[in-house]
Amino acid sequence: MSLERQEVEKITHLARIAVGEAEMDALARSLSGILDFVEQMSAVDTQGVEPMAHPLHMAQRLRPDQVTEQDQRERFQSIAPEAEAGLYLVPKVIE
Amino acid sequence: MQWETVIGLEIHAQLATKSKIFSGASTAFGAEPNTQACVVDLGLPGVLPVLNGEAVTMAVRFGTAIEAEIGRRSVFARKNYFYPDLPKGYQISQFESPIVGRGHVEILLEDGSAKLIGVTRAHLEEDAGKSLHEDFHGQTGIDLNRAGTPLLEIVSEPDMRSAKEAVAYARRIHQIVRYLGICDGNMQEGSFRCDANVSVRPMGQKAFGTRAELKNINSFRFLERAINFEVERQIDLIESGGKVVLETRLYDPNRDETRSMRSKEEANDYRYFPDPDLLPVELDEDFIAAITAGLPEMPDAKRHRFMKDYGLSAADAEALTAGRALADYYETVAKTSGDVRLAANWVMVELGAALNREGLDILDCPVKAESFGGLVARIKDDTISGKIAKQVFEAMWAGEGDADAIIEARGLRQITDSGAIEAAVDEVLATNPQQVENYRAADEAKRPKMLGFFVGQVMKRSQGKANPQQVNELLMAKLGG
Amino acid sequence: MTNMHEKSISELAAGLRNGDYSSVELTRAYLARIERLDSGLNSYITVDAERALSQAGAADRMLRDGAASPLAGIPIAHKDIFCTQGVRTSCGSRMLDNFISPYDATVVTRFKEAGAVMLGKTNMDEFAMGSSNETSFYGPVRNPWDRARVPGGSSGGSAAAVAARLCAGATGTDTGGSIRQPAALCGISGLKPTYGRVSRYGMIAFASSLDQAGPMARSAEDAALMLGVMAGFDPRDSTSVHQPVPDYGAGLDGDIGGLRIGLPREFFAEGLDAKVAASIEAAIGEFRKLGAEVVEISLPNNHLSVPAYYVVAPAECSSNLARFDGVRFGHRCQGPKDLEDLYKRSRAEGFGMEVKRRILIGTYALSAGYFDAYYLKAQQIRQLIASDFRRAFEQVDLIAAPATPGMAFAIGEKIDDPVTMYLSDIYTIAVNLAGLPGMSIPVGPANGLPVGLQLIGNYFDEGRLLNAAHRFQQATDWHLAAPADID
Repeated sequence: MSLERQEVEKITHLARIAVGEAEMDALARSLSGILDFVEQMSAVDTQGVEPMAHPLHMAQRLRPDQVTEQDQRERFQSIAPEAEAGLYLVPKVIE
Repeated sequence: MQWETVIGLEIHAQLATKSKIFSGASTAFGAEPNTQACVVDLGLPGVLPVLNGEAVTMAVRFGTAIEAEIGRRSVFARKNYFYPDLPKGYQISQFESPIVGRGHVEILLEDGSAKLIGVTRAHLEEDAGKSLHEDFHGQTGIDLNRAGTPLLEIVSEPDMRSAKEAVAYARRIHQIVRYLGICDGNMQEGSFRCDANVSVRPMGQKAFGTRAELKNINSFRFLERAINFEVERQIDLIESGGKVVLETRLYDPNRDETRSMRSKEEANDYRYFPDPDLLPVELDEDFIAAITAGLPEMPDAKRHRFMKDYGLSAADAEALTAGRALADYYETVAKTSGDVRLAANWVMVELGAALNREGLDILDCPVKAESFGGLVARIKDDTISGKIAKQVFEAMWAGEGDADAIIEARGLRQITDSGAIEAAVDEVLATNPQQVENYRAADEAKRPKMLGFFVGQVMKRSQGKANPQQVNELLMAKLGG
Repeated sequence: MTNMHEKSISELAAGLRNGDYSSVELTRAYLARIERLDSGLNSYITVDAERALSQAGAADRMLRDGAASPLAGIPIAHKDIFCTQGVRTSCGSRMLDNFISPYDATVVTRFKEAGAVMLGKTNMDEFAMGSSNETSFYGPVRNPWDRARVPGGSSGGSAAAVAARLCAGATGTDTGGSIRQPAALCGISGLKPTYGRVSRYGMIAFASSLDQAGPMARSAEDAALMLGVMAGFDPRDSTSVHQPVPDYGAGLDGDIGGLRIGLPREFFAEGLDAKVAASIEAAIGEFRKLGAEVVEISLPNNHLSVPAYYVVAPAECSSNLARFDGVRFGHRCQGPKDLEDLYKRSRAEGFGMEVKRRILIGTYALSAGYFDAYYLKAQQIRQLIASDFRRAFEQVDLIAAPATPGMAFAIGEKIDDPVTMYLSDIYTIAVNLAGLPGMSIPVGPANGLPVGLQLIGNYFDEGRLLNAAHRFQQATDWHLAAPADID
C-alpha cells in the first residue's frame, strides 16, 4: 500500500497540518510503511464478527439536568492566545 | 415544461434543558459571551462528556408523540471538522443509530385535506458556539455560550411539494415541540431553526433532481420566500441550459434571495466514528412506556376531538388547537360558559383580536379563562347583549374585575322586565306620532326598515340594556294594532 | 534519615506516623535528589519545590490529625499527561508548553485528598505516543540502569524517576503498554488497571477506548496502596465503572497455592530475546514453587494486535487531538494570515513528527472509502483478540508472559523506524484492546538490565494480580535491585 502524494495532501488538509514541500515525500513513505504493516489485517476473515468499539459492555449513564458550573471566564481566557471583550479571537471567518 | 418541487426539511430544535447536553453549564440565553462555557464546553485537554438524562427524555417524548420507532440502543458519534465555533474539532452527534427512527406528522392543506409527512429520523447532538463578525481589528470573535446546548435534529422525508406544504410541516413540528414543552420554539433566538433541501424535477419524473440546502432561515415567512426564490432560480437555471449543483445556500432576507455559501469544509469528509468517550444509550420498555403514558394530548388528536365533541369546523378546530395553552383556554371557556360555539367565536374573534393588538401570548392574557367564560355565560343567558359584552370585555381587560361585577357596577344588565320595556315603547310611540303614522301607512316590504328607527329609540332610552328581542316583539304588536 | 528514599511507601507511612521524619523533611530529601541526579536522567519536565513543600506542610498537619490514607505525606510524581491546576501540563509537547491547566484531573484530586505530595510532573513521549520517551519535546529520558538506553515509553519519566528513587511512586498511563513496558525496562512494578477502573477525567486523551491510568512503584505492595487511592467511580467520566474498590492492601498476602497461571505459547515464540525468555522462565519457576499450577494456553490472534492498534489508536487520536487548534489554549503560530493558516501552522509547529504521523494515519483510516477496510476491520480484530482472552480465562486465573520482547534498547536505535518501534509493544497491546488489567514486575536481570514479567488478569481482577505479584516479591528480591549510580 503506497500513498500517492495527492492523498497525503488530502489528509494533511483534513487534519489541518501544514507540511512543507521538502518533507512531503518522506512523510508519504513513512505513512505508506505503516499502512503496509497494518495491511496484515486484510488477510483475516472477519465475516460476521461484531465490531468492538469499546472494551466495556455497559450502557451510557445519564446525568441529572442540573447547572453545576459557575462562570470562570477570566481564568479560562488567561491561557488563551488571544481574547478580547470576553471573546476568543481568530482571523476573520468568511461565510 | 411542468416542474415539480421536492422539499425535505432539517429542523434543529434546541431542547429546553437547564444544563447543557454534556456538561453542567447553563443553557440560558443572552448571557455575557463565554460566561456559560465551562471546561467541557471549551474542549480543554482531558475533559469528558456526561450525557444529560433530560435531553434523552425530551427526545423520546418527541419520538413517541410522532409515533416513531424509538432506538432501544442509540450511539453517539463524532462528526469531525475544523471550525472556530466547534471547540473540540468535532461535534458529538448521532449517525448510524439515532434515538428516534421513522415517524410521521399530519399537515392540513389549503383545500382542507390532510397529508402525511414522513419523519426519517431525529437525533441528539450538541450545538456549536457563535462567530461574531463585528470587527475586532479585522478578526472574528468566538462566543461559546451556545456550544453544547442540546439539539434535536429532526429530518423529514422529501415529501413536501410546495413552499406552503413545507411551512405547514415546519409549523406542525413547531407546534408539537411546544406542546411537549421540549423547546421554546423561539426562532429569533435560534431555538428553532429550519434548513430546507430543495430540488425540482420534470413533472412525472421519478428520480430526484440535484438539491440545494438552504440555511439561515429564521421565520416561517422567510422559509416560504426562500423556497419560492430557490425553486424559481433552479427552474430558470435548468431551462437556460444550466445545472443545479449540490451546495449550501444562504438565504438573505434583505435581498430576498439565496446565495452560494463558501463551504465549511471543501471536501466534506466528516469521518464519523462512534465517540469512545460515551457508551451506547440503552432504553428499556418501561422507560419508553412511562414517557408514552405521560404524553399530553397531541395537536392531531385534540383537533379531531374538538371537531367531534364541540362540533367545530376543521378550520376553527385547527385555530383553537394551535397551542396547548390556547386550547386549554378555549376548553375552560366552553365549560364555564355552557356554549361551545359561542365560546369558540368569542375566543377566536374578540380575545384573539385583543391579544394580537397587545402582542401578548395567551399565557400572558390578563383575562383568565374562567372569567372570560363568565362573560360568555352572561351573553348566553341574555344578561347582556353581544354589544354590551364587548364593553364589559374591555373593562375586564383593563382589570376592573370579572363580568358580573362590571355588569352590576355599571348597571349594564339587560332589561327583560316587560313592564319597563312596555313603558319605554309607549313613550317612544307617543313622542313620535308622525313616524307611527308613516309606518302604519307603509306597505309590508318597507316596514322592517322603518321598525329599526323605533327599536333604536327604545334602546337609546334604555341605554342599550333593553332586551332587543322583547323590544321588537312589543313594537310590532303595538304598531300593527 | 539518610536512607528515606530507599523505603517503600508503607515503610514511609509508618515512619511519618512514628514521627521518625516529617513529610517536609521527606519532601526536601526527594527534592534534593532530583536536583542532584535528574539532570542526567531528564525524568521530570516540571519540578515545583515550593508547591511540594507547602503540600508537605499541609500533610504533616493532616498526619497529626490522624490522616487515614497511607499516601498522606508521601512524595509522588504525576506523569505530565494529568492536568494539574496552576501547574504547567505539557503532555510532553510544544503544543502545551505554555498550558497552565485551570483544573485538576480526578487522579490528581484523589492524591491531593489523600494528602500525597506532588514533587512535579514527569517526562513522557509526546501525547503518550511512543515506546522510548524519545518523542518528548523536552528531550529523551535516560534509563537509570544505563544512560545510553531508553527507559521505555510513554511513561518513561515516571519509570525512570521511580527506578532512580526520585519519588516514592508515580502515576502513569497505558494505552498500548505505556506503563508496563517502561516499568519492565526500568525494573519497577507498574500496573495498568481494567479499563474504567480509574477515572480518565483530566488525563489528556490519546486513544479514549484504550487509555487507562495506573500506578508505577517499586513493589506490588506500593502499587496496591497507590491504586487504592486512584481507583473508583467518577461521575465526570462516562466510562468510569460504578463498582466498589476492594482493599488492595488487605488482599496482598493471600495464599496463591493452586493459582492457575497460563503461558500463551505465542508470546514465547520467535522474536523473544533468549535472555529475556530465560529470566521469564526462571520467574515462572518461582511461581511453581509458590504452589501455582502452570499451563500452556493460546492467544492465537495476538500477532494482529499491533496492526489493529495502529488503526484504532490513531483513529481516536486524530479526533482527540483536533482540539489543539491555537484558539482557546496552547500554541498559536505567529501572524496567521487566515484561519486555515492559523490551524495548519499552529498544529505543524506544535506537534512533533510521531504525533503528526499518527494523526494522519488516523485521519486516513476514518476517511470516506477507507473506513470499512481499516477502522471497522480493526474493530472486528479487536473483538477476536478479546474473545481469545475470554476463552483463556475459562481455563486460568492469570496469564504470565514477558512484558517486552527485549531489554532496554539504545537511544536512537529505533526512532527512525516507526514499525520496529511499534513492535516493541507486541506483548502489551492486546491487553489494552481487550480492556484487561495487566502488570509488569521486575524479574532476574539480564546483562545488568531489568526484565519485566507481565501478569494479565481478568476484568476487575487487579486484586489477584497484586496478590500474586506481592507473594512473588515476598519470595524473591529482584524488585529490590536498584541501578548502581543513583546515590
